[in-house]
Amino acid sequence: MRAFRYHRPADVAEAVAVLAAEPQAAYLGGGTNLVDLMKLGVQRPDVLVDVTRLPLDTVEELPDGGLRIGATVRNSDLAAHPVVRRDYPVLARALLAAASGQLRNMATTGGNLLQRTRCVYFQDTGKACNKREPGSGCAALHGQNRDLAVLDWSEQCVATHPSDLAVALAALDTVVEVHEPDGPRDIPIADLYRSPGTHPERETTLARGTLITAVRLPPLPAARRSTYLKVRDRASFAFAAGSVAAVLDLDGDVVRDVRLAYGAVAHRPWRAYRAEEELRGRPFSPDLAARAADAELAQARPLRHNGFKLPLTRAITVRALTELASS
Amino acid sequence: MSTDAVGRAYPRLEGREKVTGTARYAVEYPVDGVTYGWAVPSAVVRGRITRVDTTRALASPGVLAVLHHGNAPRIAPSQQTELWLLQEPAVHYRGQYVAVVVATSLEAAREGARLVRIDYDTGPHSTVLTDDHPGLYKPDHVNPSYPTDTAEGDFDAGYAAAPVRVDATYRTPAYHNNPMEPHATTAQWRDGRLLVHDSNQGASSVRATLAELFELPPESVRVVAQHVGGGFGSKGYAKAAVVLAALAARHVDRPVRLALTRQQLFGPVGYRTPTIQRVRLAADTDGRLTAICHDAISQTSTIHEFAEQTAVYTRSMYAAPHRRTTHRLVRLDVPTPFWMRAPGECPGAYALESAMDELAVAVGIDPVELRIRNDTDVDPDQGRPFTSRNLVACLREGAQRFGWTGRDPSPRSRRDGRWLIGTGVAGSSYPARARPSSATATARPDGSFLVRVNATDIGTGARTAIWQVAADALGVPPERVEIRIGDSALPTAPVAGGSMGTSSWSWAVIRAAQALREKLRDGVPPTGEVTAEADTTEEVGSQPALPRYAYGAQFVEVRVDADTGEVRLNRMLGVFAAGRVVNPTTARSQLIGGMTMGLSMALHEEGLLDERYGDWVNHDLATYHITGCADVESIEAYWLDERDDELNPAAVKGIGEIGIVGAAAAVANAVHHATGVRIRELPIRLDKLIGVSELA
Repeated sequence: MRAFRYHRPADVAEAVAVLAAEPQAAYLGGGTNLVDLMKLGVQRPDVLVDVTRLPLDTVEELPDGGLRIGATVRNSDLAAHPVVRRDYPVLARALLAAASGQLRNMATTGGNLLQRTRCVYFQDTGKACNKREPGSGCAALHGQNRDLAVLDWSEQCVATHPSDLAVALAALDTVVEVHEPDGPRDIPIADLYRSPGTHPERETTLARGTLITAVRLPPLPAARRSTYLKVRDRASFAFAAGSVAAVLDLDGDVVRDVRLAYGAVAHRPWRAYRAEEELRGRPFSPDLAARAADAELAQARPLRHNGFKLPLTRAITVRALTELASS
Repeated sequence: MSTDAVGRAYPRLEGREKVTGTARYAVEYPVDGVTYGWAVPSAVVRGRITRVDTTRALASPGVLAVLHHGNAPRIAPSQQTELWLLQEPAVHYRGQYVAVVVATSLEAAREGARLVRIDYDTGPHSTVLTDDHPGLYKPDHVNPSYPTDTAEGDFDAGYAAAPVRVDATYRTPAYHNNPMEPHATTAQWRDGRLLVHDSNQGASSVRATLAELFELPPESVRVVAQHVGGGFGSKGYAKAAVVLAALAARHVDRPVRLALTRQQLFGPVGYRTPTIQRVRLAADTDGRLTAICHDAISQTSTIHEFAEQTAVYTRSMYAAPHRRTTHRLVRLDVPTPFWMRAPGECPGAYALESAMDELAVAVGIDPVELRIRNDTDVDPDQGRPFTSRNLVACLREGAQRFGWTGRDPSPRSRRDGRWLIGTGVAGSSYPARARPSSATATARPDGSFLVRVNATDIGTGARTAIWQVAADALGVPPERVEIRIGDSALPTAPVAGGSMGTSSWSWAVIRAAQALREKLRDGVPPTGEVTAEADTTEEVGSQPALPRYAYGAQFVEVRVDADTGEVRLNRMLGVFAAGRVVNPTTARSQLIGGMTMGLSMALHEEGLLDERYGDWVNHDLATYHITGCADVESIEAYWLDERDDELNPAAVKGIGEIGIVGAAAAVANAVHHATGVRIRELPIRLDKLIGVSELA
């Protein structure tokens, strides 16, 4: 692998300044994704700026009832946080459904959001991938694509975003706090990720060198009734074949509010606005949930090996919402 | 012979070193001036190297040399054609090692490997096994030396005349050996002699191969394999890593360490061939088999014939007057398949034991009872009585322990909320063999003993088992016995493979111990060391050729999510009859390990080939799923107290492989019982069962 320098900045400003000065530099969080990709030759930074010692490791209850989670809070610690467990069970469950205990102990909140999309062709420098090497083609489009996207893919890229955490955060309308070269800024999570389009090498809207410093959960009392369902090929340590984050707020049996997001279906965590639209204001029933999922998935274009993701996502939508409705 | 040590649950002798991290593996030995090798795989499937440009690689910091066919030391052509590495420009499969970069650090070698530029002329390739492939042919024999086809009676007539018939085709994908320790070597040349610390399953055989390749007398080669982090068959012979390391070390005239990456284990080290297996069974209305036919198709490479003996299991498992088995192969532009835990028996039993379950459904007889009805004391293949056959006893004890009695045979008859629950059973058998070995036993003046045999402990507990056997054979407490294994400087011994390590090694150890006791007959402790040797070549060779097999019965309960199709294991229980069990602790590990690997085969593992690249694309442990602990909620292994005097002096049958045989069929049969859906193509993943509540 390429030799690289290691830098530990004293504060956020210094971290951002180093990235601005070094065109091949990268932030290092838990390293659970970046280091693998460096070994494989997929990513080749020449400076690693280790942000894990920055003072961004606290979870803070906000006056408005929301929660601010520092970017370097480890996934395990966040999953175990009593306020998260009580007020945002969808988040705790998503975290615990992810990876393995060892990886959760290392992985950070910010790093998790910025992990690369997954695709076996992206990870193999011997195969064509527009994301790794723009213009080289997409081997996955007509290759082994069981794990890949059914929504919003392009001819250039059919990869999926692998994060479970990001799916839960998408459902919670999280605000991502970032530090850009020009200073701090808030970005709604819905605006953080990009569709692959003609530039799959760009996965987020962040300008180069931007550092995520925290994520902020708005107050959402309804989230106490929330869940995360993940279906995978083995019982642990596997990326989702399908997943759903759901928050359900009922007034009697009528859906007052609902938040739904899907994992494993697209280049980004997929907020299911159309399904939410179908559900809102109607008396809840499993049939309604199925119709809502169908409305969302009507725009899907399954690939050769992943058509099962449509009935799977539909099934877990019904199950998640029905469980919440009866809880 | 006293039997105090054999049968007792001693912990592994090297357990402390392993859990504290002090046990040394092949690339962990401190060596002065060591360098690091990185293997460069071919980027094309089939073709010819036209140019190797090493300029950039050699300019990269730390890089010492780049070996390729144009500059590598010459080696002698060998029967192991896959080992004739860096000798010619021809490329026979994607991933073939075409260069090695040697550098002063592992990272520098890896970076150098990236910078080697190789140009190729390429030709068309064929990498996908199909049952109508134009290249299908009949090999002269199947592994290791079985007839390719067998026939008895008149299968076609018997099949046509029967009132109950099953005709089903089963498919298994490529399975990839993934021992925790990859193929890895530290190689050193000194004064024309070669020393390798190597991860393998048999140092004697690796020494012989290296001596042949490098044209050295065997005594000029020493192969040390003290601790080996698994092999599952893939390290049964010398493989690419050790040859490349030795070539590189000779080229740079410095010690070289070379370990394959996880990604590099997917293909070039061998893998279990994909299979396509058609099984036809015919029976009378009482379920007694009248005709059995098993036609197996598998693949080999263009450079070496490896003929998996897939249908051999069917030749001896159940009796019927009309029987036929066939094997066909296709030579593809792929790495040569190789041994993987119970080669032949494992995929073959999946097909036959699945078909038996289909027959049980078709004839309306309980699948345990169906197997009991078709038991036989005489080997249908050899026509001779089995030395011992306790299949029925395993089935009965397993049924009782598992709680099989009273099972409702109807598919989808049990449900717990969203989960459909089903149970399945399969038979299991594996040959009990032995190979010639040699060993020495030495008495020391202080009353202790030293036993030397070049056995290999690939994590199984073999070292401990032989030590127990040796103590009893010497008639002394095991604490007084020191055992040395894992070094080709020790008396020559066969590989840890084919479930015949313990039988073979202990045979020689017992004979050496007996010979030593003869020498010490006067009972006076020796004043100096007294050594006795044994070589069992003649004795093993003159053993009558009788059908010797271990047996087992596998019971499984699964649950299948009615909506998502997820399959989860509730419990798995196996009962085995495998002769004498030397060490209950390590035996249990072997059996549940095999069963778990069978579960993994049934539900998880699949090498996904991309025909365009001629390569398995899911070549890491994140995408090639192997069953994890969370998938195994309950697993139990039991064994019968079996005594068979026709085996070997230790009376063991071998337990390394029988645990996997039949396990995948038991899982698949349980899935059918749960859902009513018969998946005949492994693995049984949720996409094949999604919406199962509306299927069947």
